[in-house]
Amino acid sequence: MKTILEIKNLTKDYSGLKAVDNVSFKIEKGHVYGILGPNGSGKSTTLGMVLNVVNPTQGSYEWFEGTTTNHDALKRIGAIIERPNFYPSMSAIQNLKLVCKIKNISQDKIEEKLAVVDLLSRKHSPFNTFSLGMKQRLAIASALLNDPEILILDEPTNGLDPQGIRKIRDIIQHIAKSGTTILLASHLLDEVEKVCSHVIVLRKGKTLYCGPVDEMNNNYGVVHLDAADRDSLFEFLKGQPYAISVKEENEGFKVVLNQSIDLSKINADAFKNNIVLHKLFLKKQSLEDQFIQLTNHI
Amino acid sequence: MKRLLDIEFHKFKYSKSSKVLTIIYLSIVILSMLIGVVPFNFGSVQGKVADLGVFNFPVVWHVSTYCISFLKIFIAIVIVSLTASEYSNRTIKQNLIDGLSKKELVLSKFYLATVLALIVTLLVFIVSLILGLIYSDYNDVGIIFSKMEYLPAFFLGHLVLFCFCLFAGVLVKRSAFALGFIAVWWIFEGFLNIISFVFDSKYDWNTYDYVSHILPMNAMSNLLYNPFPKISLVKETLNLIPGNGMKWQFDVSYFDVISVLIWSTLFIYWSYLLIKKRDL
Repeated sequence: MKTILEIKNLTKDYSGLKAVDNVSFKIEKGHVYGILGPNGSGKSTTLGMVLNVVNPTQGSYEWFEGTTTNHDALKRIGAIIERPNFYPSMSAIQNLKLVCKIKNISQDKIEEKLAVVDLLSRKHSPFNTFSLGMKQRLAIASALLNDPEILILDEPTNGLDPQGIRKIRDIIQHIAKSGTTILLASHLLDEVEKVCSHVIVLRKGKTLYCGPVDEMNNNYGVVHLDAADRDSLFEFLKGQPYAISVKEENEGFKVVLNQSIDLSKINADAFKNNIVLHKLFLKKQSLEDQFIQLTNHI
Repeated sequence: MKRLLDIEFHKFKYSKSSKVLTIIYLSIVILSMLIGVVPFNFGSVQGKVADLGVFNFPVVWHVSTYCISFLKIFIAIVIVSLTASEYSNRTIKQNLIDGLSKKELVLSKFYLATVLALIVTLLVFIVSLILGLIYSDYNDVGIIFSKMEYLPAFFLGHLVLFCFCLFAGVLVKRSAFALGFIAVWWIFEGFLNIISFVFDSKYDWNTYDYVSHILPMNAMSNLLYNPFPKISLVKETLNLIPGNGMKWQFDVSYFDVISVLIWSTLFIYWSYLLIKKRDL
């Protein structure tokens, strides 16, 4: 698989405070990555370093397997950092033209990308007349101008109202579907959960985990079931090899799994034991639970 | 280089301060061209400014470069505000993320400064040529294109100020403070001049000869000396003052040229170092 970005032992020391401490990970083509971490965990600093705006204290990073210089690599990516930065008196189009000139690409796609983010009708308005949501959408359009090989988004929904958040999320999901590699930094877990296949978890500048979302805690989820005859269901469940624990609640039983399991097999086995289930479903552990669990381990 | 200039002129073209100040600059230049026809009444002598001989070739090169060079402060303000607003709008960060290298960033600003200096030099050349052709008493080609070293001096004077502005903008990051910084530095140099002058007259040193050429703003203003004492009428008037044995210098000195070139290089290099070292 093609590696887009490889980070090796990156460290940023702000006079004694280690914002990023020995972080290493790899971004491979085609996945959607989330960088998770509470505020101040070093997400933005890490991105700042690979985007050439923060100087690393130690360590190195390599774009596209080291085939180009850093600033040429940046011409092939699209990135939005924290808040949209544009020239206030220039219009949307003039700002995007400037970006095209910097990235050394043709200006043909400006209208197309403005349409993607729904800003075509305001293309001649000066940037300083835009609302925050529009500014953020313009930033996304600008990041898409070069059809980037990777799109880096740092807190793209920060400070937006619910409609704005929904709009940005829809755009991100739309882009993810087209096969673009995305690196999304956020402290909003449900945001990451909705789009990411892989996560990198940072805390206090250190990497806690890097890999597919599902394997974060080696967990297989929880099965919820219920039957009229709860006592025999309890006996039945206790004897099953896949159950780590069985817990009775008001709405039935919660069984934590130690392997992946076919639900219809549970149903058939229960029926063989003369238990008729009236509730049976599998619930994956939410990213939030996983995240809390992971960050508490250390 | 073409790409960098293109980027920088795009920013220049769509900035409000640059539009306003360019218009002010051009209107002052054009208005001052009309000065030639303004009548004056100077004691017994009456006539037009043009009759003073200030527009005669080759003196006109010196007079117009000297006068128009005072206007460079307007363009200096544009450069400071363009540079500092890159910081206040955080567009410098976006430029870097979009793939401009730090070196290209400084170079593009330097190219803009150079080209602006070239454009105003060309402008002053055209203006002087027109004024000369209208009012000059001597219209021999050999005379017209003689003693033109004031034009390159004019160019260098602009370049060093623009580089200084660029550096101040990068260093201070806020346009108002950066302009303040330049003003304070200018006053500081003037202060040093006075001190060295006082010490020289007290201890018979000659520090002033060095101070007035080594410091950037001094060297810049000494590139073009006041041309008026050499205008015939003024010269006669000055000679009437008893005991006036002052020697006037008019030529562009190599000391200033070298000093200005070194300072321009240093300002650009320091701007680059600042941008390279800083985290954004």
